[in-house]
Amino acid sequence: MANIISDETIEYVGILAKLELSGEEKEQAKKDMGRMLDYIDQLNELDTEGVEPMSHVFPVQNVFREDIVTNGDDHEAVLENAPERREDSYVVPMTVI
Amino acid sequence: MDILKYTAVELGKKIKAGQVTAMQACQAALDRIEEKESTLNCYITVDKEGALARAASVQEQIEKGALAGPLAGVPVAVKDNMNTKGMRTTCASHILDNFVPAFSAEAVCNLEKAGAVILGKTNMDEFAMGSTTETSYFGATRNPHDPAHVPGGSSGGSAAAVAAEECFFALGSDTGGSIRQPASFCGVVGMKPTYGTVSRYGLIAYGSSLDQIGPLCRDVTDCAAVLSVIASYDNKDATSIKREDYDFMSALTDDVKGMRIGIPKDYFGDGLDPVVKETVLAAVELLREKGALVEEFELSLVEYAIPAYYVIACAEASSNLARFDGVKYGYRAKEYEGLHQMYKRTRSEGFGAEVKRRIMLGSFVLSSGYYDAYYLKALRTKALIKKAFDKAFGAYDVIIGPAAPTTAPKLGESLTDPIQMYLGDIYTVSANLAGLPGITVPCGKDEKGLPIGMQLLGDCFQEKKLLRAAYAYECAAKERRERS
Repeated sequence: MANIISDETIEYVGILAKLELSGEEKEQAKKDMGRMLDYIDQLNELDTEGVEPMSHVFPVQNVFREDIVTNGDDHEAVLENAPERREDSYVVPMTVI
Repeated sequence: MDILKYTAVELGKKIKAGQVTAMQACQAALDRIEEKESTLNCYITVDKEGALARAASVQEQIEKGALAGPLAGVPVAVKDNMNTKGMRTTCASHILDNFVPAFSAEAVCNLEKAGAVILGKTNMDEFAMGSTTETSYFGATRNPHDPAHVPGGSSGGSAAAVAAEECFFALGSDTGGSIRQPASFCGVVGMKPTYGTVSRYGLIAYGSSLDQIGPLCRDVTDCAAVLSVIASYDNKDATSIKREDYDFMSALTDDVKGMRIGIPKDYFGDGLDPVVKETVLAAVELLREKGALVEEFELSLVEYAIPAYYVIACAEASSNLARFDGVKYGYRAKEYEGLHQMYKRTRSEGFGAEVKRRIMLGSFVLSSGYYDAYYLKALRTKALIKKAFDKAFGAYDVIIGPAAPTTAPKLGESLTDPIQMYLGDIYTVSANLAGLPGITVPCGKDEKGLPIGMQLLGDCFQEKKLLRAAYAYECAAKERRERS
């Protein structure tokens, strides 16, 4: 295996991904990611010098429209999905002490 | 005749003619669901009362003449990654297992405007990440042709529900083959339209630059009818495309004389099951007999499509799935200290293994130091793949190949080796990278009786050519069956 994923890398990716992996999951993730990257490294066989990266197949730019409200007041239906709410607010753990 | 045997368009005509009511059709589908679900598990949610009430109100409108389209009164199943107002939408994930949307996806609204009756929400791979429908939090769906086998994925519940007559048609979504591959495995017709043809508004995003909603149907005529209904320009989706013509039914002419069909040699090489190869080539032969001009060619770059696809899809997924944090909707971990641990525990407990695998890979390829080497490299590869297709479509109207290298594998065989599973997407992912429309049509069965699908790919906006070729094949296959 050409790509060896270190403990530090998995820790760092876990922070970026906001995931808390168990010891066993971390070992598995190291193996899986290494194998996937080995496989993805095939792309290096391709000469892409001077090729523009294509994020969209059609030339799309920002699409603007007038900011006009077309839907009704759905706030109750939206808040019904809250894991925890107080009146018209979402409840989250304290962030500023 | 048994109501369940009608295609969606046939049923719509019977309802309009007063020979069947929307309630009878709905009840027949619900009875079938009742009978089959304990074996197949095609649905995550069945809305029995809602569907019957809706059928009654649609029937009234049909009788008043207020609803006259081809799908009025026809029962449909919707993949569980499309929002349905007031009806639970889970994406087959623990993290959304209690989510009830406050609005419906645009494609769902279009179906409702046309008078279709939503029966419920179909099973899928969690967040559409998988090729077998085994990664669902709600258990695997089984293939109606043989329950020991998978239905394909990720729209496996939709494909299996159509094949098992648990609905008259279904909606699926296709990011790397998720409509076309399960359609192939279940012996139904499945279509991914050109990127931007069907609004993604209300579709829970996986890989936004690749995702496209499309129909799974019993035949090509149904597919054209459903596409005509769900395709629309929508300013709520910034990548929605304004098409000049939404009448896809006019493409059903059974005429392929002079149509140029390209057979990519690279789609028939190593790794392709010989039975699938023979069956697809025999199907192409029927089109040749009808006057199509068939020619082999080299498409090139085929082996690079999967690595490029997984980099782009996972990168976009890692960003799209950042919204699931336990604050506004869905699951929240029970025990945590502080905000960050709440996010992390919620996501770690809420997502399944495959979803976590893809979020991790996506976060890695976007991280500083690796962005150019992986993400930009994949986007450059995508540009080259698009160019290869542009060249091919300069010479051919339609490209034909298999939809998948094999027929449906057995349950439990695919998830142990992710890369092996990803390789199964080899014939489908390119269409997503290049934004192309593709359709899978059943063209035979293997020695075990499992369906084989033929995939037709067209240039962007050439759905009509695809439908014309697919319909001509369907007619030819029917003529051949009737002769023998």
